[in-house]
Amino acid sequence: MVSAPLHVRKLPLRCIVPKVLMRGNHVLAEAAIRAGCRFYFGYPITPQNEIPEYMSERLSKVDGGVFIQAESEVASIHMVIGASMAGGRVMTSSSGPGISLKQEGISFLSALELPAVIVNMSRGGPGLGNIAPSQSDYFQATRGGGHGDYRNIVLAPSSCQELANLTYEAFNLADQYRTPVIILGDGMLGQMMEPVELPPEVQIKKLPHKDWTLTGAKGRPSRFLRSLILDPFEEEEHNWKLMRKYERITKEEIRWETYFADDAKLMVVAFGIAARIAKGAIKRMRDEGQKVGLIRPISLWPFPYKAIKEITKKVRHFFVFEMNMGQMLEDVKLALEGNGEVHFYGRPGGIILTPLEISRVISSYYYQKRLG
Amino acid sequence: MKKVFSRPKSLKKTPFHYCPGCGHSLLHRIIGEVIDEMNLQEKIIGIPPAGCAVLAYFYFDIDMGEASHGRAAALATGMKRAQPDKVVFTYQGDGDIAAIGTAETIHAAARGENFTTIFVNNGVYGMTGGQMAPTTILGQITTTSPGGRNERRDGFPINLSEMLAVAKGSAYIERTAVNSPANILKTKKAIAKAFRVQLEGYGFSLVEVLSPCPTNWKMDTLESCKWIDEVMTTHFPLGVLKDITGDKKDAH
Repeated sequence: MVSAPLHVRKLPLRCIVPKVLMRGNHVLAEAAIRAGCRFYFGYPITPQNEIPEYMSERLSKVDGGVFIQAESEVASIHMVIGASMAGGRVMTSSSGPGISLKQEGISFLSALELPAVIVNMSRGGPGLGNIAPSQSDYFQATRGGGHGDYRNIVLAPSSCQELANLTYEAFNLADQYRTPVIILGDGMLGQMMEPVELPPEVQIKKLPHKDWTLTGAKGRPSRFLRSLILDPFEEEEHNWKLMRKYERITKEEIRWETYFADDAKLMVVAFGIAARIAKGAIKRMRDEGQKVGLIRPISLWPFPYKAIKEITKKVRHFFVFEMNMGQMLEDVKLALEGNGEVHFYGRPGGIILTPLEISRVISSYYYQKRLG
Repeated sequence: MKKVFSRPKSLKKTPFHYCPGCGHSLLHRIIGEVIDEMNLQEKIIGIPPAGCAVLAYFYFDIDMGEASHGRAAALATGMKRAQPDKVVFTYQGDGDIAAIGTAETIHAAARGENFTTIFVNNGVYGMTGGQMAPTTILGQITTTSPGGRNERRDGFPINLSEMLAVAKGSAYIERTAVNSPANILKTKKAIAKAFRVQLEGYGFSLVEVLSPCPTNWKMDTLESCKWIDEVMTTHFPLGVLKDITGDKKDAH
């Protein structure tokens, strides 16, 4: 039974919305529907089951809404491809092992240049792992994930409010660039409840026209969408075309946030829920007079390399926190280009870092290096 | 002078790349004829597979969206659910539909998805060079069953259409062949009926077509056609396997 939506639905549209207390997975689902998502295909896996449950109820009450609980993750991502080819705003969601199964379809979405939103409420891995929150799917999300030379836009929210905002945004980015967009959350973000201001409902008819969809060749020449390009020169050209698109995205869509960065002598780099926890630690240390700041990449691809590099002009000490064994760490090292000192602290396997734990680790380093 | 025979309007003016004697070109042509005769060119969307027919979008002058190997039924599900007023068909080979795509196909049928599947059964993986398929019959020689398919090593072939006929959501399942003029006409009628079943909203429809692959069967065209009659149809008998329409009349 879905609990949260009832009072949400009664809200009048297009007015200042009071905050509602909702669970992360419900927030994401509601934001998707408000962004015009009318097609959802998924398969149950913990800790994201509230998303299909919510979509199942909500889409049955929305004009043109389609919900299918597919026979597999593989089938669900290919249903996404079908609905996307037809021009719909479409989403699927899963967690670690399910996202691995969807990689075939994600590679095809990229090759066929089809918009779609794919949610990973990640859990401890590898293998079946567990159902506790983890950030160990960073590599999979940011490096393409499936076969072939491609990238996906990856957005990593760290609060329920940001989950609403970024999900909403994800559908626009997917349509604008004709590319899959991944929301990389984790079990904690999906399960926790926070007060949220929900975005307004878009009017689907006012969304930009798509001139590439497969809707039957009425009053126009027939079209086809394909990813098989046998001639290597043509395939190379297609890859260059994708690459030019990725360059445009890299130029326009990098997102990050800083926190107490102005006078920091040590900068923490963390994303998603780990950054949220790090903020707690930093606040604690600031109270004790330690000059620690944070930079939080919000788009994990494209990654804010320049923003991090820029910080090295003032700060030499970097601490990377992740709920994995050091995946974003590699991007931070690339960003630093050998400048400054970078240290890592992470807990894999579904362990949630605590602010106290982080502040202890940083404090001991901070005093050891005589930063304060 | 009156023109009595020409290329269907829904086929492009591109010569087929298929091998001599292959059933695909015949089948493309009769699907094109049916699309023309039922006036579907402006409302039909085809889903070609991975396999010999992957380039179907170069031949059909209709909207087409490529599926990865075996996933056509899932793709068609999303496509048709998003635009229920259109006609959607998948075009799949035996490896595609009866091996890697079995789950997608059976579940689409069980859900009663309202699209049509043309299932081309030639008993081999043609495009990859003639390996054993899920529909390779016992004793049949392929590149991965060089001594003939052996049930102890390779298992038995799958009669997918019979399995799909059992599914509660399937509406119309027929097995035909394209090895003789009479069978070609029957195939054309079956395809037209399948499209009509979809237009009338009955649910999942499928036409399995036994189709010659002389290149990989290492036979000439006539031998291939004869082999379908004499051997293949004993394992895959022709006929209507399911029809919930209760309608015996032809589509035309």
